Amino acid sequence: MTEISNQSPVSRAGKWFDPRARSINMIGFILNRITALGLTFYLFLHLIVLHQLAQGPAAYDGFLSMIHNPVFTFFEVLVVTAGFMHALNGIRIALNSFGVGIRYQKMLLVVLMGIAIIVSLVFAVHMFTV
Amino acid sequence: MSTSKWTVTFKVFRKKGEEVPHYDEFKLEVDPDEYVLDGVERIWAFHDRSLTYRHACHHSTCGACGMRVNGVEKLTCITPVRDVTHDGGVIRVEPLRNFTLVSDLAVDMGVMYTRMDKVGQRSVNSDAKEAYQSENRPAGPAESGVDFIRLSDCIECGLCISACPITASSPEYLGPAVLAGAHQHGIKGDEQVFRLADCEDGVWRCHSAFECTAVCPSFVDPGERIMDLRKQIIGEQFRRLFSGSNARKINTMEASK
Repeated sequence: MTEISNQSPVSRAGKWFDPRARSINMIGFILNRITALGLTFYLFLHLIVLHQLAQGPAAYDGFLSMIHNPVFTFFEVLVVTAGFMHALNGIRIALNSFGVGIRYQKMLLVVLMGIAIIVSLVFAVHMFTV
Repeated sequence: MSTSKWTVTFKVFRKKGEEVPHYDEFKLEVDPDEYVLDGVERIWAFHDRSLTYRHACHHSTCGACGMRVNGVEKLTCITPVRDVTHDGGVIRVEPLRNFTLVSDLAVDMGVMYTRMDKVGQRSVNSDAKEAYQSENRPAGPAESGVDFIRLSDCIECGLCISACPITASSPEYLGPAVLAGAHQHGIKGDEQVFRLADCEDGVWRCHSAFECTAVCPSFVDPGERIMDLRKQIIGEQFRRLFSGSNARKINTMEASK
């Protein structure tokens, strides 16, 4: 199929991220993509952490004690938040894709993201206090 | 109509040929109930005759005057100045995104028209030679009392394609207007349209940002149509899976090669 624009692939790469003057649905789309990229990045980090197990129990325990601080806990809260946002937004998109609730998709987005934030806050309180 | 005039600065995107893109500013006295296109026309008429832009009907039928006004896709002939700025404010006018720029505010929408043709929507703006032949022109409603949906529906202004974040990064994506056209044409009974819609650059490329629906001036609701098309395609694929007609069609196609 002929290309619709004469821009190069490199200059097009970041075009999807432009929330200026856009509707709330666009925010939902951008949130979904950013959380997806973040979770994918975290997956690789997680595999690196698990790799510490191959160095023996002492190395793994040492690594865990190193990351047991508020900065890493904050990033863990971000991972949890991204997980909830992506999962709940994904449910909305899946429902819409099957023609369910299309007329209520803005409301669905607000409600589901509200739930994601509340649950993430509960997790954050728990993770910072335990 | 209001009697007091507003002073508005039109910040107009300019680029001709290999020129570096830039913005020219024009300060105009406008009636706030005038339309943005009126301002653009006045700039062309009294300030800069080299300004290039597209327009025709002035009443939201031709779909030619689509531009980005303060970052949002608008049909400028029906966008009042008071809706997009205030007295002493700025109106930034830019060409539509995701199309090849021709000059200043004018873009080449040929690819969209070609794709519309492919999904069976060739009544307006078609660039296929056969569309200009009289026997292919619509003679009138098929049944008495039934109006054409086409002209009161999608006007092929391209606003949805400009607003779509997926088209911005994947130009091969058919785009909202084309998929809405496929939905209107129907996928049942037209294998070519079915295959165009049911491919990676068809309905499955859409990521439900619904910006197309947000900017559509004709309430075509391409977002909902794409979702409904997905539902129809899944249903049709299931039907083919259990009836075996898909395998038969593929065999027939391979045999005819």
